[in-house]
Amino acid sequence: MGEVVQEAGVGIPKVEKFNFMTTTLNDAIGWARKFSIFQYPFVTACCGMEYMSTACAHYDVDRFGAGFPRFSPRQSDVLFVVGTISHKMAPVLKTIFDQMCEPKWVVAFGVCTCTGGFYDNYSTVMGIDTIIPVDVYIPGCPPRPENVLDGLMKLQAKIQKQKQEV
Amino acid sequence: MTLAEQVKAKFFNSVTEAYTDKGDEVVRVKRESIKALLSSLKKDPDFDFDLLMDVFAVDYLHWEEKEIRFEVNYNLFSLKKNHRLFIKCGVPELDAQIDSAVSVWPAADWYEREVWDMMGIVFNGHPNLKRILMYESFQGHPLRKDYPYNRRQPIIGPVN
Ligand code: SF4
Repeated sequence: MGEVVQEAGVGIPKVEKFNFMTTTLNDAIGWARKFSIFQYPFVTACCGMEYMSTACAHYDVDRFGAGFPRFSPRQSDVLFVVGTISHKMAPVLKTIFDQMCEPKWVVAFGVCTCTGGFYDNYSTVMGIDTIIPVDVYIPGCPPRPENVLDGLMKLQAKIQKQKQEV
Repeated sequence: MTLAEQVKAKFFNSVTEAYTDKGDEVVRVKRESIKALLSSLKKDPDFDFDLLMDVFAVDYLHWEEKEIRFEVNYNLFSLKKNHRLFIKCGVPELDAQIDSAVSVWPAADWYEREVWDMMGIVFNGHPNLKRILMYESFQGHPLRKDYPYNRRQPIIGPVN
Protein backbone atom coordinates (compact mmCIF):
# COMPACT_ATOMS: atom_id res chain seq x y z
CA MET A 1 0.00 0.00 0.00
CA GLY A 2 1.34 3.36 -0.86
CA GLU A 3 1.05 6.90 0.28
CA VAL A 4 -1.50 9.31 -1.14
CA VAL A 5 -0.54 12.92 -1.52
CA GLN A 6 -3.34 15.39 -0.99
CA GLU A 7 -2.88 19.06 -1.72
CA ALA A 8 -3.40 21.07 1.42
CA GLY A 9 -6.62 22.97 1.67
CA VAL A 10 -7.73 22.63 -1.93
CA GLY A 11 -9.38 19.27 -1.61
CA ILE A 12 -8.17 17.95 -4.94
CA PRO A 13 -6.95 14.40 -4.47
CA LYS A 14 -3.67 13.72 -6.23
CA VAL A 15 -2.91 10.19 -7.32
CA GLU A 16 0.77 9.57 -7.79
CA LYS A 17 1.56 6.19 -9.35
CA PHE A 18 -1.01 4.40 -7.16
CA ASN A 19 -4.42 3.39 -8.27
CA PHE A 20 -6.43 4.48 -5.29
CA MET A 21 -7.03 7.71 -3.46
CA THR A 22 -8.71 9.04 -0.38
CA THR A 23 -10.87 12.11 -0.06
CA THR A 24 -13.99 13.19 1.74
CA LEU A 25 -17.39 12.81 0.17
CA ASN A 26 -17.89 16.55 0.37
CA ASP A 27 -14.69 17.27 -1.55
CA ALA A 28 -15.38 14.60 -4.15
CA ILE A 29 -18.85 15.93 -4.86
CA GLY A 30 -17.52 19.49 -5.01
CA TRP A 31 -14.82 18.38 -7.44
CA ALA A 32 -17.40 16.68 -9.65
CA ARG A 33 -19.78 19.62 -9.55
CA LYS A 34 -17.27 22.32 -10.31
CA PHE A 35 -16.10 20.58 -13.48
CA SER A 36 -19.54 19.78 -14.83
CA ILE A 37 -21.21 23.16 -14.88
CA PHE A 38 -24.21 23.16 -17.18
CA GLN A 39 -24.93 26.79 -17.80
CA TYR A 40 -28.09 28.58 -18.76
CA PRO A 41 -27.13 31.71 -20.73
CA PHE A 42 -29.79 34.35 -20.12
CA VAL A 43 -28.57 36.71 -22.83
CA THR A 44 -30.45 39.98 -23.28
CA ALA A 45 -28.01 42.55 -24.62
CA CYS A 46 -24.56 43.48 -25.91
CA CYS A 47 -22.65 41.45 -23.29
CA GLY A 48 -23.88 38.41 -25.23
CA MET A 49 -21.20 39.07 -27.85
CA GLU A 50 -18.51 38.70 -25.23
CA TYR A 51 -20.24 35.65 -23.84
CA MET A 52 -20.11 34.07 -27.30
CA SER A 53 -16.44 34.81 -27.74
CA THR A 54 -15.74 33.30 -24.33
CA ALA A 55 -17.78 30.22 -25.05
CA CYS A 56 -16.39 29.54 -28.52
CA ALA A 57 -13.10 28.09 -29.64
CA HIS A 58 -10.87 31.09 -29.05
CA TYR A 59 -11.21 31.14 -25.27
CA ASP A 60 -12.90 27.78 -25.00
CA VAL A 61 -14.92 27.67 -21.83
CA ASP A 62 -15.03 23.89 -22.23
CA ARG A 63 -11.59 23.73 -20.62
CA PHE A 64 -13.38 24.50 -17.36
CA GLY A 65 -16.08 21.91 -17.87
CA ALA A 66 -18.65 24.61 -18.58
CA GLY A 67 -18.91 24.23 -22.33
CA PHE A 68 -22.40 22.82 -22.50
CA PRO A 69 -25.11 25.47 -22.47
CA ARG A 70 -28.54 24.04 -21.75
CA PHE A 71 -31.48 26.01 -22.98
CA SER A 72 -33.75 24.63 -20.32
CA PRO A 73 -33.41 25.96 -16.79
CA ARG A 74 -34.42 22.58 -15.41
CA GLN A 75 -31.27 20.98 -16.74
CA SER A 76 -28.77 23.65 -15.77
CA ASP A 77 -26.68 24.46 -12.70
CA VAL A 78 -25.43 27.98 -13.30
CA LEU A 79 -27.55 30.88 -14.48
CA PHE A 80 -25.42 33.30 -16.50
CA VAL A 81 -27.30 36.60 -16.58
CA VAL A 82 -25.71 38.34 -19.54
CA GLY A 83 -26.89 41.85 -20.38
CA THR A 84 -29.25 44.57 -19.25
CA ILE A 85 -32.32 43.44 -17.34
CA SER A 86 -35.32 45.71 -17.72
CA HIS A 87 -38.20 45.89 -15.30
CA LYS A 88 -40.35 44.17 -17.89
CA MET A 89 -37.86 41.29 -18.05
CA ALA A 90 -37.41 40.95 -14.28
CA PRO A 91 -40.37 38.59 -13.66
CA VAL A 92 -39.09 36.32 -16.46
CA LEU A 93 -35.64 36.15 -14.89
CA LYS A 94 -37.15 35.34 -11.51
CA THR A 95 -39.25 32.55 -13.04
CA ILE A 96 -36.21 31.07 -14.79
CA PHE A 97 -34.29 31.13 -11.52
CA ASP A 98 -37.15 29.47 -9.67
CA GLN A 99 -37.35 26.73 -12.29
CA MET A 100 -33.73 25.68 -11.83
CA CYS A 101 -33.08 22.66 -9.61
CA GLU A 102 -30.79 22.81 -6.57
CA PRO A 103 -27.86 23.11 -6.40
CA LYS A 104 -27.79 26.28 -8.46
CA TRP A 105 -25.58 29.30 -8.78
CA VAL A 106 -25.96 32.69 -10.44
CA VAL A 107 -23.31 34.71 -12.25
CA ALA A 108 -23.92 38.42 -12.95
CA PHE A 109 -22.11 39.10 -16.20
CA GLY A 110 -21.35 42.77 -16.95
CA VAL A 111 -22.00 45.93 -14.95
CA CYS A 112 -25.60 46.14 -16.12
CA THR A 113 -26.46 43.03 -14.17
CA CYS A 114 -24.17 43.90 -11.24
CA THR A 115 -25.47 47.40 -10.53
CA GLY A 116 -27.48 48.65 -13.48
CA GLY A 117 -24.28 50.11 -14.94
CA PHE A 118 -24.58 53.48 -16.58
CA TYR A 119 -28.34 53.13 -16.89
CA ASP A 120 -30.20 55.28 -14.42
CA ASN A 121 -33.63 55.43 -15.97
CA TYR A 122 -37.21 54.26 -15.93
CA SER A 123 -36.59 50.90 -17.52
CA THR A 124 -33.52 49.22 -16.02
CA VAL A 125 -33.23 47.06 -12.91
CA MET A 126 -30.50 48.44 -10.65
CA GLY A 127 -28.64 45.16 -10.26
CA ILE A 128 -30.16 41.69 -10.49
CA ASP A 129 -29.29 41.05 -6.84
CA THR A 130 -32.41 43.07 -6.03
CA ILE A 131 -34.38 40.14 -7.50
CA ILE A 132 -32.33 36.94 -7.17
CA PRO A 133 -29.25 35.94 -5.15
CA VAL A 134 -25.93 36.28 -7.02
CA ASP A 135 -22.77 34.23 -6.41
CA VAL A 136 -20.19 35.85 -8.67
CA TYR A 137 -20.15 39.39 -10.09
CA ILE A 138 -18.12 39.95 -13.25
CA PRO A 139 -17.75 43.70 -13.83
CA GLY A 140 -16.87 45.29 -17.14
CA CYS A 141 -18.85 46.78 -19.98
CA PRO A 142 -18.57 44.23 -21.44
CA PRO A 143 -16.06 42.15 -19.45
CA ARG A 144 -13.17 40.73 -21.43
CA PRO A 145 -13.17 36.95 -21.89
CA GLU A 146 -10.17 36.67 -19.52
CA ASN A 147 -12.26 38.44 -16.93
CA VAL A 148 -15.13 36.04 -17.51
CA LEU A 149 -12.85 33.04 -17.14
CA ASP A 150 -11.51 34.54 -13.93
CA GLY A 151 -15.06 34.83 -12.66
CA LEU A 152 -15.75 31.26 -13.68
CA MET A 153 -12.68 30.03 -11.79
CA LYS A 154 -13.81 31.97 -8.72
CA LEU A 155 -17.18 30.26 -9.03
CA GLN A 156 -15.44 26.87 -9.25
CA ALA A 157 -13.47 27.67 -6.09
CA LYS A 158 -16.70 28.62 -4.38
CA ILE A 159 -18.43 25.41 -5.47
CA GLN A 160 -15.47 23.33 -4.28
CA LYS A 161 -15.41 24.94 -0.85
CA GLN A 162 -19.08 25.02 0.00
CA LYS A 163 -21.00 22.38 1.90
CA GLN A 164 -22.46 20.01 -0.68
CA GLU A 165 -26.14 19.30 -0.25
CA VAL A 166 -27.02 15.93 -1.67
CA MET B 1 -39.78 73.92 -57.33
CA THR B 2 -38.82 71.56 -54.53
CA LEU B 3 -41.01 68.67 -53.52
CA ALA B 4 -42.13 70.43 -50.34
CA GLU B 5 -43.16 73.49 -52.35
CA GLN B 6 -45.09 71.33 -54.80
CA VAL B 7 -46.97 69.74 -51.91
CA LYS B 8 -47.72 73.18 -50.50
CA ALA B 9 -48.92 74.48 -53.86
CA LYS B 10 -51.25 71.56 -54.31
CA PHE B 11 -52.59 71.32 -50.75
CA PHE B 12 -52.44 74.98 -49.77
CA ASN B 13 -55.43 74.62 -47.46
CA SER B 14 -53.74 72.25 -45.09
CA VAL B 15 -50.01 72.96 -45.45
CA THR B 16 -48.84 76.02 -43.55
CA GLU B 17 -45.14 76.00 -44.33
CA ALA B 18 -42.72 74.26 -46.70
CA TYR B 19 -38.95 74.36 -46.43
CA THR B 20 -35.77 72.38 -46.93
CA ASP B 21 -33.74 71.63 -43.83
CA LYS B 22 -30.22 70.23 -44.39
CA GLY B 23 -31.35 68.49 -47.54
CA ASP B 24 -34.64 67.17 -46.13
CA GLU B 25 -37.95 68.35 -47.55
CA VAL B 26 -40.29 69.34 -44.74
CA VAL B 27 -43.88 70.52 -44.65
CA ARG B 28 -45.83 71.72 -41.65
CA VAL B 29 -49.46 70.70 -41.58
CA LYS B 30 -52.54 71.74 -39.64
CA ARG B 31 -53.60 69.07 -37.22
CA GLU B 32 -57.24 68.91 -38.39
CA SER B 33 -56.29 68.03 -41.95
CA ILE B 34 -53.49 65.55 -41.30
CA LYS B 35 -55.40 62.42 -42.22
CA ALA B 36 -56.90 63.85 -45.41
CA LEU B 37 -53.48 65.10 -46.46
CA LEU B 38 -51.77 61.79 -45.79
CA SER B 39 -54.27 59.82 -47.80
CA SER B 40 -54.12 62.33 -50.69
CA LEU B 41 -50.33 62.15 -50.70
CA LYS B 42 -50.55 58.40 -50.93
CA LYS B 43 -53.07 58.38 -53.78
CA ASP B 44 -51.87 61.39 -55.79
CA PRO B 45 -49.91 60.14 -58.84
CA ASP B 46 -47.56 63.14 -58.62
CA PHE B 47 -46.35 62.17 -55.18
CA ASP B 48 -47.22 58.49 -54.79
CA PHE B 49 -46.00 58.02 -51.22
CA ASP B 50 -46.52 54.28 -50.93
CA LEU B 51 -44.22 53.68 -47.96
CA LEU B 52 -44.60 55.05 -44.44
CA MET B 53 -41.07 54.89 -43.05
CA ASP B 54 -41.65 56.20 -39.55
CA VAL B 55 -43.93 58.04 -37.17
CA PHE B 56 -42.42 59.65 -34.11
CA ALA B 57 -43.02 62.57 -31.77
CA VAL B 58 -40.80 65.22 -30.20
CA ASP B 59 -41.39 66.92 -26.87
CA TYR B 60 -40.33 70.60 -27.00
CA LEU B 61 -41.12 71.29 -23.34
CA HIS B 62 -38.00 73.37 -22.63
CA TRP B 63 -37.83 75.18 -25.98
CA GLU B 64 -38.95 78.73 -25.42
CA GLU B 65 -39.42 79.49 -29.10
CA LYS B 66 -41.94 76.65 -29.44
CA GLU B 67 -45.51 77.49 -28.48
CA ILE B 68 -46.89 74.02 -29.09
CA ARG B 69 -45.35 71.34 -26.92
CA PHE B 70 -45.45 68.19 -29.03
CA GLU B 71 -44.73 67.64 -32.67
CA VAL B 72 -45.69 64.45 -34.48
CA ASN B 73 -43.42 63.67 -37.44
CA TYR B 74 -44.18 61.45 -40.41
CA ASN B 75 -41.45 60.22 -42.72
CA LEU B 76 -42.89 59.29 -46.11
CA PHE B 77 -41.09 57.68 -48.99
CA SER B 78 -42.08 56.84 -52.54
CA LEU B 79 -40.55 53.69 -53.93
CA LYS B 80 -41.70 54.53 -57.46
CA LYS B 81 -40.48 58.12 -57.55
CA ASN B 82 -37.63 57.76 -55.04
CA HIS B 83 -38.40 60.87 -53.05
CA ARG B 84 -38.89 61.50 -49.40
CA LEU B 85 -40.95 63.97 -47.39
CA PHE B 86 -41.10 64.84 -43.69
CA ILE B 87 -44.43 66.04 -42.34
CA LYS B 88 -44.58 67.88 -39.04
CA CYS B 89 -47.72 68.50 -37.11
CA GLY B 90 -47.97 70.37 -33.81
CA VAL B 91 -50.00 68.80 -30.99
CA PRO B 92 -50.76 70.93 -27.92
CA GLU B 93 -50.21 69.53 -24.45
CA LEU B 94 -53.73 69.97 -23.13
CA ASP B 95 -55.34 68.33 -26.14
CA ALA B 96 -52.78 65.68 -27.02
CA GLN B 97 -54.55 63.87 -29.82
CA ILE B 98 -54.31 63.49 -33.57
CA ASP B 99 -56.01 61.37 -36.23
CA SER B 100 -54.58 57.93 -36.79
CA ALA B 101 -52.99 56.99 -40.11
CA VAL B 102 -53.61 53.25 -39.75
CA SER B 103 -56.39 53.27 -42.32
CA VAL B 104 -53.99 54.86 -44.85
CA TRP B 105 -50.90 52.75 -44.14
CA PRO B 106 -51.35 49.68 -41.89
CA ALA B 107 -47.67 50.13 -41.01
CA ALA B 108 -48.64 53.08 -38.82
CA ASP B 109 -50.13 50.70 -36.26
CA TRP B 110 -47.07 49.93 -34.14
CA TYR B 111 -45.45 53.34 -34.69
CA GLU B 112 -48.50 55.05 -33.28
CA ARG B 113 -48.67 52.65 -30.38
CA GLU B 114 -45.05 53.49 -29.61
CA VAL B 115 -45.76 57.23 -29.71
CA TRP B 116 -48.74 56.72 -27.42
CA ASP B 117 -46.67 54.60 -25.02
CA MET B 118 -43.65 56.89 -24.85
CA MET B 119 -45.24 60.33 -25.32
CA GLY B 120 -48.89 59.93 -24.44
CA ILE B 121 -50.36 61.27 -27.68
CA VAL B 122 -53.74 59.72 -28.49
CA PHE B 123 -54.33 58.60 -32.07
CA ASN B 124 -58.05 58.86 -32.83
CA GLY B 125 -59.37 55.93 -34.83
CA HIS B 126 -56.50 53.60 -34.02
CA PRO B 127 -57.85 50.03 -33.86
CA ASN B 128 -55.78 48.87 -30.87
CA LEU B 129 -54.16 51.77 -29.06
CA LYS B 130 -52.38 50.18 -26.09
CA ARG B 131 -48.84 50.19 -24.79
CA ILE B 132 -46.28 48.41 -26.94
CA LEU B 133 -42.98 48.72 -25.02
CA MET B 134 -43.91 49.28 -21.39
CA TYR B 135 -46.14 47.03 -19.31
CA GLU B 136 -49.79 47.84 -18.75
CA SER B 137 -49.29 48.70 -15.07
CA PHE B 138 -46.81 51.45 -15.96
CA GLN B 139 -47.98 54.94 -15.01
CA GLY B 140 -47.20 57.90 -17.22
CA HIS B 141 -45.22 58.23 -20.43
CA PRO B 142 -41.48 57.91 -19.89
CA LEU B 143 -40.11 59.93 -22.81
CA ARG B 144 -42.01 63.07 -21.86
CA LYS B 145 -39.48 65.60 -20.65
CA ASP B 146 -41.34 66.08 -17.39
CA TYR B 147 -41.16 62.38 -16.48
CA PRO B 148 -38.42 62.22 -13.79
CA TYR B 149 -35.59 60.24 -15.36
CA ASN B 150 -35.05 58.12 -12.28
CA ARG B 151 -38.67 57.40 -11.38
CA ARG B 152 -38.81 53.61 -11.41
CA GLN B 153 -41.89 51.41 -11.43
CA PRO B 154 -40.66 47.83 -11.02
CA ILE B 155 -43.04 44.92 -11.45
CA ILE B 156 -41.11 42.89 -8.88
CA GLY B 157 -38.29 43.91 -6.58
CA PRO B 158 -37.65 47.14 -4.69
CA VAL B 159 -37.78 50.69 -6.04
CA ASN B 160 -34.18 51.91 -5.82
S1 SF4 C 1 -22.55 45.83 -19.24
FE1 SF4 C 1 -22.17 47.04 -21.11
S2 SF4 C 1 -21.87 45.49 -22.71
FE2 SF4 C 1 -22.90 44.49 -20.99
S3 SF4 C 1 -25.06 44.58 -21.42
FE3 SF4 C 1 -24.55 46.36 -20.16
S4 SF4 C 1 -24.16 47.98 -21.63
FE4 SF4 C 1 -24.04 46.05 -22.75
